[in-house]
Amino acid sequence: MTTFLALLARELRLSLRHGTDTLAALLFFVIAAALFPLAIGPAPETLGRIAPGIIWVCALLAALLPLDRLFGADLEDGSLDLLLLSGLPASAVAAAKAASHWLVTGVPLLLAAGPLAVMLRMPEEAIPVLLAGLLPGTVVLSLLGTAGAALVLGARRGGVLLPLLVLPLTAPVLIFGVAAADAVSGGLSARPHLLLLFALCAGALPLCPLAAGAGLRSAAE
Amino acid sequence: MDATTPPPPGGRTLHRFANPGRFLRISGRVLPVVALLGLGLTLTGCVWGLFFAPADWQQGDAVRIMYVHVPAAWLASFGYLSLAICSVLSLVWRHPLADLAAAEIGPVGAAFTALCLATGSIWGKPMWGAWWVWDARLTSVLVLFFLYLGHVALVRAFDDPQRGYRAGAILALIGVVNLPIIKFSVDWWNTLHQPATIKFTGAPTMYVGMLWPLLLCALGFTFGFVAIVLARTRAAVMERRIRGLLMARAQEADAR
Repeated sequence: MTTFLALLARELRLSLRHGTDTLAALLFFVIAAALFPLAIGPAPETLGRIAPGIIWVCALLAALLPLDRLFGADLEDGSLDLLLLSGLPASAVAAAKAASHWLVTGVPLLLAAGPLAVMLRMPEEAIPVLLAGLLPGTVVLSLLGTAGAALVLGARRGGVLLPLLVLPLTAPVLIFGVAAADAVSGGLSARPHLLLLFALCAGALPLCPLAAGAGLRSAAE
Repeated sequence: MDATTPPPPGGRTLHRFANPGRFLRISGRVLPVVALLGLGLTLTGCVWGLFFAPADWQQGDAVRIMYVHVPAAWLASFGYLSLAICSVLSLVWRHPLADLAAAEIGPVGAAFTALCLATGSIWGKPMWGAWWVWDARLTSVLVLFFLYLGHVALVRAFDDPQRGYRAGAILALIGVVNLPIIKFSVDWWNTLHQPATIKFTGAPTMYVGMLWPLLLCALGFTFGFVAIVLARTRAAVMERRIRGLLMARAQEADAR
């Protein structure tokens, strides 16, 4: 456990020292979402209706951005081999990486999503539900993204390949996340959708690090 | 692990087929039979379905696209299931032929999925009035198509083929969660796509004159799928052999 926390602390310290890299995903999220009102017009009724979809899709794409550096730098300078020899199982290394990705990318996205939803004229009663859906949603995105990043490690043009692998797998998260926010705007209960999201999160939590760990081991061979 | 360790007792039967020479001999004998069966059954089923089977009372002649659409859809999921089984074989037992087969199933399965989506869309235009609707069945099959494409791209993206096989196998196993979603999407959600007509439990709810050509087509398509995958795997084994020979010759020339 101490090794796990030490690895997590190392990741967080690294991302603090590379502040601009860390902020790039957040900036992408805000700018991409701000392009939609310019593209489809500022009419509040249209914007407010599609705002959950805009925020979810932009969050998904923004979460993909830092992924190809998640293991890439460690593979290049050889620290990945050391991490795998550190006594932690490969899946725990992957779990630490996923946790750091969520803390560094997922949480800022979550914080920025609230103000963005207001700017996109989302119905006010739906905003807490959107954020409640994004909470497990970003965790699942980090976990799936870590698994994808471990798989494409060492591939030619892995950065292009990564979205191709991860995006189809994120479809359920996107569907239930947007459905939860839409249900509240339509006067229905968001509970079933949120429960399904948390169920997806509970399923991905043990399984994705396992897959990512297997990918890491075969990459380091 | 030591390369000379004997395989565990359970894996021994599997490893008998890991010998590429034996695989080439056996598959060389099986392939023409399977290919002919596939071609014959598909032709019979299609001719029966297109010219002799009755038209639907509601859909008219448009129903006949079912004789291509349903077998293609069945093979899209069957192909992914076989891909997942090959992946387990390659991850657990490091079966070299399973690697090659998985790499070759990918494009074939993607082609059948594309055929299923295309025929469904052509049928949907006159029946539903739209080329595409975003209901659960169609969306999950589209995701399956993307999973196939991702697998095809990932397996071929590495300079070291072994690494591609491992990564592809892990990806195939992650994507397997999509299969039950496709199967049960018509029951879980209120979809425009109709629920299953042919079930393992209970009698099929379709006219027997339409059922027979459909079953023939499904069988023929399955044999066709197996034949294409066998032929592609044979080609991959021989390709690997040729590469080995060329490398050996280059090394010999180097040494001289």
